[in-house]
Amino acid sequence: MTDILGLVKSQKLTYEQKVLSLAQAAENTLDVLHIPEKTQYYFEKNAIDNLFEGNAPYRPRYILPDYDKFIKEGSEFLQIEPPKDLDELLNALMILYRHVPSITSFPIYLGNLDKMIAPFLDGYTDEEIKKKLKLFLNYIDRTITDSFCHANLGPEDTRAGRLILEVERELQNAVPNFTFKYDPDITSDEIAELALYTTMFCANPAICNHKLNKDTYTTDYGIASCYNILPIGGGAYTLARVVLPNAAKLAKDVDHFFDTILPECLEALANYMNERIRFLVEESGFFESSFLVKEGLIHKDRFIGMYGIVGLADCTNILMKDEGKRYGHDKEADDLADRIMHTIHEFLSEFPALYSPISNNRFLLHAQVGMDYDIGITAGVRIPIGDEPENMSDHLRHSARFHKLIPTGCSDIFAMETTARNNPSAMLDIVKGAFDLGVKYIAFYEENGDLVRITGYLVKRSEIEKYKKGEQVLQNTTHLGAPNYDNNKLQNRKVRGV
Amino acid sequence: MIKAPVRKIIPHSLVDGPGNRTAIFLQGCNIRCAYCHNPETQEMCTESSPTEEIKWMTAEEVFKEVERDIPFIRGITVSGGECTLYPEFLVELFTLGQKAGLSCLIDSNGTIDLSKYPELIEVCSGVMLDVKAWDNEKFNKLTGGNNRNVLKNLKFLSDLDKLEEIRIVCIPDEVDAEDILKGIKSTIGEKISYTNLKLIKFRNHGVIGRLKEAESPSDEYMNYLKELALELGFKKVKIT
Repeated sequence: MTDILGLVKSQKLTYEQKVLSLAQAAENTLDVLHIPEKTQYYFEKNAIDNLFEGNAPYRPRYILPDYDKFIKEGSEFLQIEPPKDLDELLNALMILYRHVPSITSFPIYLGNLDKMIAPFLDGYTDEEIKKKLKLFLNYIDRTITDSFCHANLGPEDTRAGRLILEVERELQNAVPNFTFKYDPDITSDEIAELALYTTMFCANPAICNHKLNKDTYTTDYGIASCYNILPIGGGAYTLARVVLPNAAKLAKDVDHFFDTILPECLEALANYMNERIRFLVEESGFFESSFLVKEGLIHKDRFIGMYGIVGLADCTNILMKDEGKRYGHDKEADDLADRIMHTIHEFLSEFPALYSPISNNRFLLHAQVGMDYDIGITAGVRIPIGDEPENMSDHLRHSARFHKLIPTGCSDIFAMETTARNNPSAMLDIVKGAFDLGVKYIAFYEENGDLVRITGYLVKRSEIEKYKKGEQVLQNTTHLGAPNYDNNKLQNRKVRGV
Repeated sequence: MIKAPVRKIIPHSLVDGPGNRTAIFLQGCNIRCAYCHNPETQEMCTESSPTEEIKWMTAEEVFKEVERDIPFIRGITVSGGECTLYPEFLVELFTLGQKAGLSCLIDSNGTIDLSKYPELIEVCSGVMLDVKAWDNEKFNKLTGGNNRNVLKNLKFLSDLDKLEEIRIVCIPDEVDAEDILKGIKSTIGEKISYTNLKLIKFRNHGVIGRLKEAESPSDEYMNYLKELALELGFKKVKIT
């Protein structure tokens, strides 16, 4: 049971954080999902995990509204006419963002901002636009107080994109996350280098392999929340995960893992996700009542269930303990990990997911990047922090191999030496090579910067220090980042570049 | 195949030429710069007296290491010591590099007359050339050597469009930077407009020579040199 009085009296939580926590506590007094005993057992062992999504789903976890439609048509419900100039556009977006629900209660997707803004720039000088963008972006940073919020750029080289990058470098905000969709056939080297240069100052934007991700759905895609590749005009009903190392700990040996534990966990979680989707779609009334649905900004048939896995590395290392082989270093370990991935992939390609036509009624695999309470559990399919291969080439080849079977988001993060600022073209070479081999998504930050990527979201080191001293901090994600920074020993992340 | 003494291979170097490159450092140098910041690479060595730090390797062996970094690199850079002391090795290594589509750069002090090695120049994509002093006396005081070949190489490489970059390590009084800039202009003329110029601020980190306690020049001095270079007609000037 949540300590509700504790929430009410907390001096560490802001008012807004209290309200959200109290709402979740209220939701969790309900018991509306049917959960079989076996599933309950695996939840208790934390071999599967519902990521505290709440006991009674009343909105999809992630929503990616069709902002282009909104810009073209306005909104009757919000009483907004289609914007005619830049001020009207930014104002209209600020209003709509306030009304996009999600698991965090904040919008997790803000749109492909450069493309949305580009048609409204004629007649303004760069300085005029930058001033407006700063006000807009600061409003977002100070009111969307949760960094599981994402804006996209690219793949085209636009004036809007360049100006957003320039402004981002000056602002040093943690929200939103930015991702640049990169495709060497479309994106110019100049703007790609500007993006990478920018990331060396403010840990934004991350770079997405547009070529490999663009055909994930029949609709256009966006990158939302913590690197999730999702359909525009839809999103994800739910995300739950198999905690692979905890499953491995329940197995007597490798055969027991593959024959019994893993299949049981996979099935238990898949059924649980269907149960959540069933309640959300059939009982919650969300899709019947939301103005986003009524006005065609989202569609029920564009939502999917994200099937998360976490800790492939640690799971492999547990199963290989007797042989002493390590994920990311030994062929036998990597081959075993590959076998685990294919087992999961095969299961998902057979198992029917409810109400998910956009993914052919299947759940889609996601490399979940971890939670603040994870200890000894490495994000998704990454190599454990501190155990990265000496040569970055080996690291990236490994990433490419394990990104392959994951369609709804997987990523790697690299801390870079400050000198890389002087040579963004070198970083672009690395990105080009990595994407060519099949790496789907890559993020960089500068080793000494205040903004640090935890598992995907950004947190300021200075805010972590404040929070540790018991002070209130603006962003919820600092609460998650502070323990995560320590638990995952992020200060040990291998720094790349010479 | 010929072997060369390899001091170190850096798989991903962000500071040895354009883009991401694998940098290969060969052991042994023919001059002794008072400001050398990696003096451990100066000493010549022979195959018969092996040390832990130095590995004698054929071009093929070196290239095997380089191959691991394809496709993340756009080229290789061989540095030193002074790598042009091993021209045959370089020809073999660069031939392999060119075949794999990599650009192959030399980082050199310029004291070896490169016009004597047409085969090397053929497979080399460009040279990053140190011009340490214009006046020969200054050069000698700084390095113990003679700069006649440096000036000759400057012209020779520029004529062939193989001058990837000119570097000047800047210390007021020790280095006649203004004369170097003017001298380069009078030697390669118009080409300064597209030749990369790197003005390197001296730092005593790692230095054990005479200038180990010398101070770094001020930012004002570095900016003054940059302005001068731009006035002379250089267009691609960087301070590092």
